[in-house]
Parts: sequence; structure tokens; C-alpha cells
Amino acid sequence: MSAPRLIASTLDPDAAARREIVTAGSAWLAELKRGQTLRILDLEGNQAVDTLFYGLAQPTEERYCALTTIRTQRNVYLTSGSRLLSGSGNVLLTITADTCGRHDTLGGACAAESNQVRYALDKKSMHSCRDSFLYALAESGYGLGKRDLASNINFFMNVPLTPDGGLSFEDGISDAGKYVEMRAETDVLVLVSNCPQLNNPCNAYNPTPVEMIIWD
Amino acid sequence: MTVHSETVPGARYWSMVIRRGYVLRIVDTTGRANAATLLFNPHIPTERYNMADTLKAQHTSKLTKGNMLYSDMGRVLLSIVEDTLGWHDPIGGISSPEDVRRQYGDSSYQRDRNAFYRSGRELFLIELGKWGLGRQDLVANVNFFSRVHAGADGALEYAAGHGKPGAYVELRAEMDTLVVLNTAPHPLNPAREYAPGPVDLEIRHAEPVREDDYCIGFRPENARAYANTAIYNCQLEGSHA
Repeated sequence: MSAPRLIASTLDPDAAARREIVTAGSAWLAELKRGQTLRILDLEGNQAVDTLFYGLAQPTEERYCALTTIRTQRNVYLTSGSRLLSGSGNVLLTITADTCGRHDTLGGACAAESNQVRYALDKKSMHSCRDSFLYALAESGYGLGKRDLASNINFFMNVPLTPDGGLSFEDGISDAGKYVEMRAETDVLVLVSNCPQLNNPCNAYNPTPVEMIIWD
Repeated sequence: MTVHSETVPGARYWSMVIRRGYVLRIVDTTGRANAATLLFNPHIPTERYNMADTLKAQHTSKLTKGNMLYSDMGRVLLSIVEDTLGWHDPIGGISSPEDVRRQYGDSSYQRDRNAFYRSGRELFLIELGKWGLGRQDLVANVNFFSRVHAGADGALEYAAGHGKPGAYVELRAEMDTLVVLNTAPHPLNPAREYAPGPVDLEIRHAEPVREDDYCIGFRPENARAYANTAIYNCQLEGSHA
């Protein structure tokens, strides 16, 4: 694999409109207005940030679509320049800076039920991204629920595909202080689960906080 | 013994509940078909085929014999019990009406009658609508008879000429499964002529599942997902579900 194209941001965190720490195992739900920029900062390194986007005008009718996004850009990984598309082909956001190099959108979110299958039947009681998603949506008042949970982005996750049809979760390529930044091209709702997965070496079995920084 | 068979022409749709214990065979009679497929639990349709769980549990980005198609609830909807082609695509998705217009040119019912060009998105939305489902339910699908792989640096590559006349796949229902499919062209098929092939569908009773079943033994994850499915099915015993 050739070296990823790293693009740093010129935005100054001290000039941000909003800064918020999201601890591991927590959800974060925020509206992002057209033209605003969101930076997700990996504070301690190799933390998976499971993220979904909805069109704010009609959240149940328009959402981020992983397959439309990768097919349109003809690449399975996301990085600077990637346009994040909805299923109807509208651009929801554009990734404008990325110091990590690439991000996954095929690995999905962990759930109690899939943890059972992937690791062991007795793992069902462990906290998961889908638990965070479902609770955040249930209390949000947007009218969103399980039906609205589709394939998400895993920022900072390294899930390589091989030409012979393999797919695996590999050790992360992120590090403390790396970040990805995206500009909203329309008003969007951002739903994040800062992943609590304890069964996967990709985060060194140590889920850690991230910072959300928003600029107008 | 086949209990039902029918042909779905190219650029059309189809749906049916395949009850647990039945096998659906899908045949690409011409080698030009793409069968875009979504799966739901007909009793609780928010439970549905989950691309990510299917791929990560089986460490694969292709689907073939031995693979199971997982729901988001840690269960198995369908098992791929036979496959003569070796690779079916779970990541290419479906075409939009704009994609079809851009690639194949303008077409309309007014001009072309029933030969007008349809996209995967519109065919799915029509057929999903008949079950009370819609855009919220339009998740990542399987494209039977197509092959897409990630090359160097993740570049998506579509394998032209992958399909073979007579190729088939057999799907055993491990729980009742609503199968919704359409036969629009694969969205990455570079052909200039709009000529998607038909599929033949055949449904028959499955053989009893043996302890050494190939799909269950294919991966330890499959055995656990199958065990979860058995628990789900036992709660339906005695009901009409």
C-alpha cells in the first residue's frame, strides 16, 4: 500500500464554536449546519469513532449510505476529499482534512448480538455501539430508531480488504493527536458512538476519549 | 422436489417469504444477470440482512458457498449451501435513476414501453413498498452473480465477464426470510447497452441440516450465529409464525 495522502487543517481550535470531549462508551448527537466543520480528534490513539449522518430536513428519509459513497468515489476507504453521500446521491459532508490517512465504512458497528457471534456467546452483556446508538436515538426526539441504523463510518479504524476477497480488522494506523475533519454540505444530524469494544486488538483493548470540535 | 419456480426477467423485481427449511435456487440463465437482494425477518422487518456483520464475522468481502447471510441480531437468515460461481458481491450496492440515465442514456415508459431502463433503487423501492417498507429499509444489499474487489489502495474494481450462463446459487432459509430482489444491471457494470439478464428461481424443501453441515462448520462464528437462530426459532414453535 502506498503512503496515504495526509492533509492537515488550518483551523484553530481556539477559534472553534464548540468543543466537547466524548468519553469511550458514550454517544454524541449534534446538529451541524451547512458550512460548519467538524473535527474528530483521536486524543489517545486508535480509538474507533462509529458515526452516522442524517439529512436534518428529513432524518428518516435521508441518511449516509456507505455503499453509495464507496462506489461513487471508487474506493473502499475514506480520506481527505471523500464526499459522504446519502442513498439518494446527495453530498452530506466532505472530508476536508485527515492526518490519519484512511477510515473504514464497511466494518459496521458492534452490537451485543454481533459480539456474541464474533467472540463468544457469553459476551452479550458487554456494552456496544448499537446500545449507545439506540439509547441516544430513543431519547432524542428526532423520531429515529433501529430502522434508521445502517452501515456507518468507523473513523480511525483500519479494515483492509484484499484483492482475493479478504476483510479483516487490523491494528489501527491512527495515533494520539491525529484527526479527521469534515465540512457539512447541507444541514446534518451527526450520531456518534465512541466505541466501547473490549474484544478487539484494534484499539489495544483500551477504548479512550475523543474530542469533537466544531467551527462555524 | 421443486415446490415453486418462476422466471424474473431482466430489469424487474420479485419478493417472497422463504420459510425456514426451504431452499431458494437463483439461476443466471444467460450469464448477464445481477440479482440485487435484500433480506428481512417478515415477522419483525427491522431485523434485516446486515452487510457489515456478515462480512466481519466471516472475514470476507465476497460471498460464496459456506457463507451465511447474517441479520443485525446475530442470527442467520440464509445460508449459501451451493454456489457454482465462487464470488458474489456484497459491497457494490445499487444504481440510482441518475446513474442509469448517465450510463445508458434517456429512456422512458412513454417511449420504450416496458423495455424502459430501470435502476436498482427504483425497483427496490417499488417492491419494498408492497411490504410497507421504504427508504429506511434500503440497506446494503447482496449482488448475486457480480464481482467487485478492492485493488491496491482500496480502489474498487468490477470484474466484467464474471457471470456464466447457468451459474446458480442455493440459499437455505435458517429462519423465515423475506427475500426482495431486482434484476437491474450492477451499478459498476460498464456495458453501454442496457441488457440485464433474467434469473430463474426455484424453491424446494431443504434436506435436514446435519451436524457436519458445511455452512455451520465453515467458521466458528457461523456455529454461534446458527445457535442463536435456533433459539429464535424455538420461540416461534407452536405459533402460526
